[in-house]
Amino acid sequence: MNLLDQNRAPIYEALERYKSMRVVPFDVPGHKRGKGNIELTRFLGEKCLTVDVNSMKPLDNLCHPVSVIKEAEELAAAAFGAQHAFFMVNGTTSAVQSMILSVCKRGDKIIMPRNVHRSAINALIISGVIPVYVNPGINQQLGIPLGMSVANVKRAIEQNPEAKAVLINNPTYYGICSDLNTIAALAHGYGMKVLVDEAHGTHFYFGENLPVSAMSAGADMAAVSMHKTGGSLTQSSFLLCNHPDIHQGYVRQIINLTQTTSSSYLLLSSLDISRRNLVLHGKEIFARVKDLSGYAREEINKLGGFYAFSSELIDGDAVFDFDTTKLSIHTLDIGLAGIEVYDLLRDEYDIQIEFGDIGNILAIISVGDDMFVLERLISAMAEIKRLYQKDKAGMYNHEYINPEVVTAPQEAFYATKHAIPLQQSAGQVCSEFVMCYPPGIPILAPGERITKEILEYIAYAKQKGCFLTGTEDIYIENINVVGGS
Amino acid sequence: METKELDLWFTEEHSKEAKFSIKVLKQLHSVQSPFQKIDILESKEFGRFFTLDGYMMVTEKDEFIYHEMIVHVAMATNPAIKRVLVIGAGDGGTVRELTRYDTVEHIDMVEIDKMVVEVCKEYLPQTACRLNDSRVHLHFEDGLRYIRSKEDAYDLIIVDSTDPFGPGEGLFTKEFYGNCYKALTNDGILVNQHENAYYTSYAQSMRRAHCRIVNLFPICKVYQAHIPTYPSGHWLFGFASKKYDPVKDLDAEAWNRLGIDTRYYNTELHRGCFALPTYINQILERDS
Repeated sequence: MNLLDQNRAPIYEALERYKSMRVVPFDVPGHKRGKGNIELTRFLGEKCLTVDVNSMKPLDNLCHPVSVIKEAEELAAAAFGAQHAFFMVNGTTSAVQSMILSVCKRGDKIIMPRNVHRSAINALIISGVIPVYVNPGINQQLGIPLGMSVANVKRAIEQNPEAKAVLINNPTYYGICSDLNTIAALAHGYGMKVLVDEAHGTHFYFGENLPVSAMSAGADMAAVSMHKTGGSLTQSSFLLCNHPDIHQGYVRQIINLTQTTSSSYLLLSSLDISRRNLVLHGKEIFARVKDLSGYAREEINKLGGFYAFSSELIDGDAVFDFDTTKLSIHTLDIGLAGIEVYDLLRDEYDIQIEFGDIGNILAIISVGDDMFVLERLISAMAEIKRLYQKDKAGMYNHEYINPEVVTAPQEAFYATKHAIPLQQSAGQVCSEFVMCYPPGIPILAPGERITKEILEYIAYAKQKGCFLTGTEDIYIENINVVGGS
Repeated sequence: METKELDLWFTEEHSKEAKFSIKVLKQLHSVQSPFQKIDILESKEFGRFFTLDGYMMVTEKDEFIYHEMIVHVAMATNPAIKRVLVIGAGDGGTVRELTRYDTVEHIDMVEIDKMVVEVCKEYLPQTACRLNDSRVHLHFEDGLRYIRSKEDAYDLIIVDSTDPFGPGEGLFTKEFYGNCYKALTNDGILVNQHENAYYTSYAQSMRRAHCRIVNLFPICKVYQAHIPTYPSGHWLFGFASKKYDPVKDLDAEAWNRLGIDTRYYNTELHRGCFALPTYINQILERDS
């Protein structure tokens, strides 16, 4: 596909054409181009409402693309270096689930790190696929889980040669990358498919001097959150496919099992326009983003007390590479948990960052940022250090707890279960999730043994102000455990 | 026969429903800097004037009010001020007033937009005339960035910024005021232009700025001046201080002995300008 084609945005162009035809709508949505909901139109804007339309012949249909969506998907596939790209409107969650469901069936094994996003483990609940967890290892100083080391993946593969796939989380939320090339070759050598949760890696395809992307490392499928760092609307995403054995029509069937049949053209056109923008301007955009986060890192490290980490963590193994567009900052040395700094930034300085966990915060730097907002963040960090710094004694810095998996997630989730007070649940097998959101990496997943250590961690996270979620009990005081009461 | 003049007007929206216009004789200069659009216009009523992104900054006729009021209130409160930081103020008017004090030893002026200074030096010598004073040190960078590394360094900080939208936004934030506090000496004073309280949108930013300062400084006051070309014509300044009260600690005689010739400021007005209209007191009290 040449660059001229990439200047096109077929879905966007079809919507423009459709608008100019002034078609009288006797179809859904019932707001009829906004005229039936003046308040909403005033809030979102008339331009937005006029393209909130239904699938129809001139606009194609995401469930079975034959015209403009098909063309847009071909352009996206070429842009990402994939054989096929699926436009996704149910989030990257749906892309991750479709990936797993496309290559694994009930009872199959999949090798994955435990620090995956909940969407991956949800896929296991839906499908009955059995996880083989690879311990991601942890950086003791920072308390963050790392990538997968090749040796650990190799061991898991050798011990489970019947596994159908290896799932790699790359980059992690913190920007840590695994050795994709080696792991992909290794897995392929055993006939396993290679799936990559690349939710935080859209920019790897378009910028320069960034870690290797899943498609170029030879992965078979990847879930790419275009909306995270690529500029499209929230909830829009791509599922990339790069293996002749993975049949496009079958993947579409899998996607259609759970994806809406009323896909939003706001989301679809945002994917189309963003793909075009990144192909045409991605190099400059991400060079600038790297400069901005590099500058912020340097300035924040100058303040002392904070540690904005970067490529110095690279060790050729569990930290094979680092995504320097990320701004991750370790805060424990000033005696504040990441989540506390996250709350201070929002409550005191009107600055919203992506997330704070026990020891770190993460700020997303993107095409939409400039020097002025970075100066605000840096200055606010300086002020937080000046005004709130305290002794760091008693600060917890343990983020990853290696789980004991007793039963498969699906089995545990659907098992006979009963609720007991969380703090009395040590020793039991958990039937649901407990996690902080964000980042949405489960502390406990269905089928795992609850330990005293895990309960202490949950209590600490709660006390520091983490937003806990996952349990049926919205107050996270009771937990469902496997077995009759 | 009398020639008919061009019907050319500069108009600024003071609120969505109210506009302010000045008849323009001619446009002298128009340039886009990396940060904003800079225009110099000539008028009969207000003389030469200078706008940023279409917002009125300075006119030759009424700039004395703004510049005298942003400088002399603090200088009269603490005549021992020696080291001053001015943020923004690319037109040079604030620095001009400061250089009238022989006791001021060092002035750092931090303006993000070098082109503003260049344009004002060429077209507005009335305000830019003292930027070459040997005590004045110009720094072209973001004020928020500049001040971050300063500690116990200034007796007075004057924030002569644009409105809190566009490049001036960072200068209305809590992190900025906190860094100002740190950069000031133990008896330091912070003066900032504080918008107006009449039009709702401006009143909100005034109130927010005020609340943020109140939480940081033991003494926080607001004073007023009448500036015809600014929205509502009624402009406010914030006075925040670690030690000196601007009314109680004023030594009027001492200031008057300096013999500084002013056209708006005097020591009687100094006391009076802190007496605010009730509706403004109510806005300030409501949220502080």
